[in-house]
Amino acid sequence: MSTTPAPTELTVGVGAGGLATADMVLNIGPQHPATHGVLRLKIVVDGERIISADPIIGYMHRGAEKLFEVRDYRQIIVLANRHDWLSAFSNELGVVLGVESMLGMEVPVRAVWARTLLAELNRVLNHLMFLGSYPLELGAITPVFYAFREREELQQVMEEISGGRMHYMFNRVGGLKDDLPQGWLGRVEDAIAAVRGRMPDLESLIVGNEILAARTRGVGVLPPALAHAYGVSGPIARASGVDVDLRRDAPYLAYDELFADGGPGRVVLRSAGDCQARLEVLLEQTHVSLDLAQACVEQLGTLPRGLVNVKLPKVLKVPEGDLYTATENPLGFNGYYLVSTGEKTPHRLKLRSASFNNVQVLSRVLPGCLIADMVAILGSMFFVVGDVDK
Amino acid sequence: MSALELILRAASSLAMLLVLPLLVGQTEHKVMAHMQGRLGPMYAGAYHGWAQLVADGVKFVQKEDLVPAAADKRVFRLAPMLAMVPYLLALAAIPLHPGYAAVEAPASLVFVMAATSIGVLGTLMAGWASANKYALIGALRSAAQLLAYELPMILAVASVALAAGTLSLGGIVEAWSPWWLLWQLPGAFVFLTAAVAELQRPPFDMPIADSEIVFGPYTEYTGLRFALFLLSEYAGIVLFSLLFAVLFLGGWRGPLDDWLGWAWTFGKGFLIALILIWLRVSWPRLREDQLQRLAWLWLIPIALLQLAITAVGVVL
Repeated sequence: MSTTPAPTELTVGVGAGGLATADMVLNIGPQHPATHGVLRLKIVVDGERIISADPIIGYMHRGAEKLFEVRDYRQIIVLANRHDWLSAFSNELGVVLGVESMLGMEVPVRAVWARTLLAELNRVLNHLMFLGSYPLELGAITPVFYAFREREELQQVMEEISGGRMHYMFNRVGGLKDDLPQGWLGRVEDAIAAVRGRMPDLESLIVGNEILAARTRGVGVLPPALAHAYGVSGPIARASGVDVDLRRDAPYLAYDELFADGGPGRVVLRSAGDCQARLEVLLEQTHVSLDLAQACVEQLGTLPRGLVNVKLPKVLKVPEGDLYTATENPLGFNGYYLVSTGEKTPHRLKLRSASFNNVQVLSRVLPGCLIADMVAILGSMFFVVGDVDK
Repeated sequence: MSALELILRAASSLAMLLVLPLLVGQTEHKVMAHMQGRLGPMYAGAYHGWAQLVADGVKFVQKEDLVPAAADKRVFRLAPMLAMVPYLLALAAIPLHPGYAAVEAPASLVFVMAATSIGVLGTLMAGWASANKYALIGALRSAAQLLAYELPMILAVASVALAAGTLSLGGIVEAWSPWWLLWQLPGAFVFLTAAVAELQRPPFDMPIADSEIVFGPYTEYTGLRFALFLLSEYAGIVLFSLLFAVLFLGGWRGPLDDWLGWAWTFGKGFLIALILIWLRVSWPRLREDQLQRLAWLWLIPIALLQLAITAVGVVL
């Protein structure tokens, strides 16, 4: 797939020489139903076959990194949870973890487990979104409603605790904004059980469908070497057999305990690297994340009541130095490189977002495919345009 | 035939074209919604949104009639009519009740098949005249699709004609017996599949695939002309459902068919329309080349086999 096929000339008609064919440049986006936002793909097609594809990004660039530099660390969290709007909680985590470790701050154990729980619920929410929207791109209009019913179940408990449905803003440097409400853990457990119970409905619509298999199997194969070369991470890399998951390999929060031997955590891997493998990884990760969330709920139930945050000074200054903090976001590595000169604002806060790298590889995967396959591949790269453009 | 009768027949077939597609459309709204855990339209017309499509029609009429500057304007304007009128003509020849069809033609089966195959020209013209790349790709897809469904459909229909020994739709219904349900089953399957492909409905909606090529040949259409394309899609559903009922399910045949023949025809047709809706709710879209594969490796051989089975049955 990585070699660009030479344009084939198709001779149509009879008589003197037939008709000449010319390649057509097609701009997919920035306003197009398959790009979930404002990604633009400039593709050259010969008939329906794609000869070359260029992702053109930046239509939603909001200068997040520059904005970070004129905000203090509390305010940064508000901005940081917005680039990937489907993984808001996980985005917040990277910022607060980095600041906490530069401050040498000890976070209460209750907050650590609660953060882990919320991060996993956020992961399930994110994956359900793509499990609904991906079939939609392949023309199946029903799974999205099933997926959103499950999302609603989980969003209710997230809303109850944080007041937000997308941008939770529940992390604080040193812990969480508030303690868990009375009875909330029970409601989370019910929500997890409900989603688990109904997941087979969604699964049978997606992986049980012959047409969906025909559209995704062997389509858009991403070899592991290419995944490495482009810094592809997260479920897309794991579908190509790249065995990397920061929750296990560089554990933060309570993941070292969850991913220990006998724990509920495991890294989902596939080797095919095609659209079907990526979809399967997402589906199985949803189950694993529900297991992890359940384990967190049980652990939180056994912890004694206590503080969930650390009292902060009026003006929060991070000591001079620099630190790179990476977390395993639902879509891949999400890293913040924080350089502090000891001021109350960062000197520089570089954001490494998952979708940015994952989308670049499209220019290598798309050539040789049909336009219909392009939609299948584009959807299976599971990206958020805000996460690409920052 | 008196002038009055002529007017009455013409008016009734026009009424059928205007009312039945809306009925199917509304059914699709509601059935699809309930299959997806939604309610569908609930406000227009106060009772369960029954007037939703009327409201949509009113909205379409008010929209600006846009013709792209680069378009081949005459062809662009003509295309929606060409998509719809053939279905109107074909619908008129469908026998609804013993001895009742708006138009009684001797070889009505040939007439219906000929008329329906014109409809796709409207899509092609729309795609070509729009001067839009997505529309062009859609039009070429529908041209490719034409190759896939036309032959199996004709073969399946030929089998029924052979079994009945007549090319008249009314004659086919007269000749029908319940035993056909089994005898003509493979042909019925092929016909239904080919009909879905001709209607460009999921899982064969590649020509208009909204997530790939925006809306294919209809991308540049607005207002009433767009509504005409939608109407022709649903008129097509009505036509093929009724045709399926007439060819394979015995049309008006059923208990008390002297009085209730029309109800049997419509009832059986409605059942087929429901199946078409159900397909849309549950299946994703195939790729154009996968449809070709399905057609040439499965549908045509099955249709030929059906023809052979029918021939053996007729001779015996």
